[in-house]
Amino acid sequence: MPGEIDRKQVQKLVEGGAQLVEVLPADEYEEDHLPGAIGLPLRRLETEAVRILDRTRPVIVYCWDTA
Amino acid sequence: MSPRAAWRLESLGFREVYDYVAGKLDWMAAGLPTEGTNAAHPRAGDVSRKDVPTARLEERLGDVRERVSAGGWDAVVVTNDERVVLGLLRSKELAKDPELSIEKAMRPGPSTFRPYVAIKEMAETMTGHMLESVPVTTSDGRLVGLLLQKDAVRVAGEQG
Repeated sequence: MPGEIDRKQVQKLVEGGAQLVEVLPADEYEEDHLPGAIGLPLRRLETEAVRILDRTRPVIVYCWDTA
Repeated sequence: MSPRAAWRLESLGFREVYDYVAGKLDWMAAGLPTEGTNAAHPRAGDVSRKDVPTARLEERLGDVRERVSAGGWDAVVVTNDERVVLGLLRSKELAKDPELSIEKAMRPGPSTFRPYVAIKEMAETMTGHMLESVPVTTSDGRLVGLLLQKDAVRVAGEQG
């Protein structure tokens, strides 16, 4: 079960090498994303996650808010 | 959207998956930096004055007025120990009876803006609503700075 984390935990995990992934559409990612985040829209996750991301490292996903 | 992504990643074999549920809105509202095409454009948090004077509820208005007038300020943000914004004193409030406590003199619950709002948008809003200054706060109410209309209009104009 994916763990829900807050901002401080994000910062700590990223410092420890976690991969940060924004799942919003590409245009929203282009405008603003968290430092170092990879843009991987939800619809591309199926086909590209395994190729782009490292399964041995933690992954943090985020979108705009809780919606 | 992110919960679905998190669950799907787990089903694809990712063992340690986390969901930052509050997301980009929470990050930007905290005034933290971002990357991307918008990052180069000034926002409310960038332009707000971080050296705005603050006061505590229990202080005497006369003491605060004396303290801030030396710096040329005509606005004071009232905060608690956590820098959470509780009120605002503008010229009108600062001119009240000096014996009043800040708690009695202040304008409570002022409208605040988030640090990520584009400065052009802030300039339009502040001009349209005749707001000379507004506190900029994080999503949990902590003071980032005071944005002056004249600063917002000047910087927005420089953006073209």
